[in-house]
Amino acid sequence: MARTVGFFTDTTLCIGCKACEVACKEWNELPGHAPQFRDSFDNTGQLDDQNWRHVQFHEFTTPKGGVAWNMMSDVCKHCAMASCMEVCPTNAIIRTEFDTVYIQPEVCNGCRDCIAACPYHVIGFNEKTGLAQKCTFCYSRLQQNLIPACAKACPTESIKFGELNQMREVAASRVAQLQAQGVSQARLYGDKEYGGLHALFLLMDKPEAYGLPNADNAVLPRRNNFRGYLGAAVTAVIGLVGAVIAFRDRGGKE
Amino acid sequence: MPQHFVAPPQWEWYIVWYFFFGGIAGGAYVIGTLLRLFGSARDEGAARIAFLISFPTMVICPILLTLDLGHPVRFWHMLINSRTFGLNFKYWSPMSVGAWILLIFGIFAAVSFVEAATLRGWVRHPSAQRIRGFLSGAFGRLFMVVGSLFGLFITGYTGVLLSVSNQPIWSDTWTLGGLFLASGLSVAVASIVLLSRMGPEASDTEVKLVRADRVFIVLELILIVALFVTLGAMGGKFLLGRYLILWLIVLAGTLLPLLLQLRSSMGRPAFSVLAAVLVLVGGLALRMVVVFAAQA
Repeated sequence: MARTVGFFTDTTLCIGCKACEVACKEWNELPGHAPQFRDSFDNTGQLDDQNWRHVQFHEFTTPKGGVAWNMMSDVCKHCAMASCMEVCPTNAIIRTEFDTVYIQPEVCNGCRDCIAACPYHVIGFNEKTGLAQKCTFCYSRLQQNLIPACAKACPTESIKFGELNQMREVAASRVAQLQAQGVSQARLYGDKEYGGLHALFLLMDKPEAYGLPNADNAVLPRRNNFRGYLGAAVTAVIGLVGAVIAFRDRGGKE
Repeated sequence: MPQHFVAPPQWEWYIVWYFFFGGIAGGAYVIGTLLRLFGSARDEGAARIAFLISFPTMVICPILLTLDLGHPVRFWHMLINSRTFGLNFKYWSPMSVGAWILLIFGIFAAVSFVEAATLRGWVRHPSAQRIRGFLSGAFGRLFMVVGSLFGLFITGYTGVLLSVSNQPIWSDTWTLGGLFLASGLSVAVASIVLLSRMGPEASDTEVKLVRADRVFIVLELILIVALFVTLGAMGGKFLLGRYLILWLIVLAGTLLPLLLQLRSSMGRPAFSVLAAVLVLVGGLALRMVVVFAAQA
């Protein structure tokens, strides 16, 4: 049953409870890392092989001089044009019948090229399993017609799940609503980047403040193939011509 | 400055040594071929040494790459899809292309190794003699030329592989493929010079090799400048603390050999050995700084 699913994470509704992180680890049987106690409520740190949802806390000063948080539950974007999938040499990374991006654990050989490629710092290498791991969009739950664990657990409906087109409509109307209320900093992320993300975000700051490349910087690895090979080819030609000249006997000099 | 939020792939020593030995293996094959095609009969000894270097250093490469995998026994997944048992090949993924070319180049390097070993009289088995006969004449020359193209690919594609990512530094420059290629040819020449000095074949060919190496080193220096120009402000990350030391070693492995080679051509053998050693150390330092600094 082919469907195109999506997340819409409305950061204005996030209360930083991390229920999404816990539900994700429960369902996916991820043991997690030891918590990192730092100068923040964020003891998760980053998305990686164990953290498939990560609630970010960004402190900012309000217009009245108070201090507040912008919170955001980050997740794999399941890009329509996925950098990880592009470089994966084993074809372990596939697009599922739900149009999500999935790393097949029985195929992945742990080369980590996908980690070098993912612009969102999503994929992590698991030293125990020897595999690259990331959010599966709860593939096993989708197959059973269940919604992903994070969206199910989110108490404020900050994380919404549904058909991607429906999520796009919900996101657009929410941004319009906030804009109409004078919340000018509200903006949508993910409708254009990488051919359209399957995890849309309503942000309250510019994307780079949340560790997301802006539209100009959301680029695919393969952009560098041509110029990289061209540079090598030109070097090769000059080097070979130089070597040919060097290797020829010069009339009786040697 | 481009934005990067990517995680490092934790490619470390296995990869650095792979880049180093891959450079020697591919470069030596190319040098051996060019010596045979454009050199004189007196250069045949050095050409054989080149082919004798190429295969053993090539063999190390897949071993290092396999050890670096999270699942080493699944190394074959690089070539064959373990679900469909069809072939995996993505021309737009340098790692996929590289896995195939490493396999193909390995065949060329092995055959030329057997030929060189037979010509040196190390192997007398009839099948080895048959390979030697097979490679004499026009077909042999064509074989070496095709093998050299794969060899050149092995020396250079590793830089392109790094660039085809979203990593800082790696993906912000077009120079790495050319840089590794020039450096690969240079470390190959250094290896041939060092091994040649153990036998009687040395002197005539060494002058030629050193002349070629000057071209490779100058290319390398030009590309290092181009690297920093393309990186702009990001290049500063490259020049901190221990990375600065590595860059100094890279410079010592390029500028000093250039000076020493100019003098060794006037007949100072110790200088040419020192120059070759410096080139090898510099070539390793170059790969270290490129691999480690971007992931720091």
